[in-house]
Amino acid sequence: MLRIEALQAIYPCLEPCVVVTIMGAVSAELQSLGHRPNFFYLQHAMGLASSMGLGIALARPELQVVVLDGDGSLLMNLGGLTTLARYQPPNLIHIVFDNESLLSVGGFPTATATGSDLAGIAKAAGVPRVASVRDLESFAASFAEALVADQLTTLVAKVEACGPAVFLTDLPLLENRFQFQRYLKEVRESERSGE
Amino acid sequence: MPVSLSNSRLIYDSLKACNIRLLSALPETWLVHLIRLAEEDPEVSLVRLAKEEEGVGISAGAHLAGVKSAMLMQNHGFLASINGIVSLAHLYKIPLLMLISYRGEFGERDPWQTQGGGVTESLLRSLGIPYKFLEQPDQVGPRIHRAQALAEAALKPVALLLCRDLMWVE
Repeated sequence: MLRIEALQAIYPCLEPCVVVTIMGAVSAELQSLGHRPNFFYLQHAMGLASSMGLGIALARPELQVVVLDGDGSLLMNLGGLTTLARYQPPNLIHIVFDNESLLSVGGFPTATATGSDLAGIAKAAGVPRVASVRDLESFAASFAEALVADQLTTLVAKVEACGPAVFLTDLPLLENRFQFQRYLKEVRESERSGE
Repeated sequence: MPVSLSNSRLIYDSLKACNIRLLSALPETWLVHLIRLAEEDPEVSLVRLAKEEEGVGISAGAHLAGVKSAMLMQNHGFLASINGIVSLAHLYKIPLLMLISYRGEFGERDPWQTQGGGVTESLLRSLGIPYKFLEQPDQVGPRIHRAQALAEAALKPVALLLCRDLMWVE
């Protein structure tokens, strides 16, 4: 499965969600499908996308948060899986695109290329729902299930180690950051005024 | 345990007065009372971490989502958080209120704390992180309040060093 196809498959479902991605190919590919103000691309700080997602999910239990993580990033913050599992925000879906590679820095293999099993690690860390998928149909189905499960889910999707030619987009980091913060503020205000 | 309960409570109450509603923490001796106070307080979410750098991500997420947070850590936890501070908090202009127990300073008896004590302030200065000491009870309320005000106005990390004179009762 190609990651861009996986992103395309769930893109319509991301519209009402709050999305935090890692850097590099994931960020560039999601932006290529169309940026939205509810998408935040963490262009550095590898490993912390899942921690940011946890912070948002705990701060705003009414929002559905989706983290788009990768094997290289998650391997830098495996302890974070135990923190996710400890607090188990039901409004967080943690997707891990596992291409077994540090693609954006030359494609060197990560430990998942030699057998480390991120779904197994997530399960052993105590994440209540874990799935591992290899094809597009199962990925879309697993994501749809996670959206209605109301339980913390880690979904590991094995994808091919290929991505866009360039990772740089025309969205400055701070524009993304302030737009995303404003989105989170306005969505709360509109909920309050609707009550 | 000779950690000052009254001064820990003073720090905790000052954080609450600043509307801090989420605390990330990794236990260390001087922080035990602060962590227990957070644990027992239904108005505050305590997030226990595996490693302090996670707290940078959690506080960043909470800030963008509109919730005020603070981080409780030892100075070695600050050392462990530096990449997150630089490549998330600085890069994305995120306010962080960091309360750092200043181990390894004058009076330290644990040899293993001394190396971290010797580099804490020079690293804070290198990173351009404004910091003040909390040494006396009368400094606690005003300095926590002002640290948070600066962090939010400057959109950057600000540190308070929790010192032996405040935290430890001989």
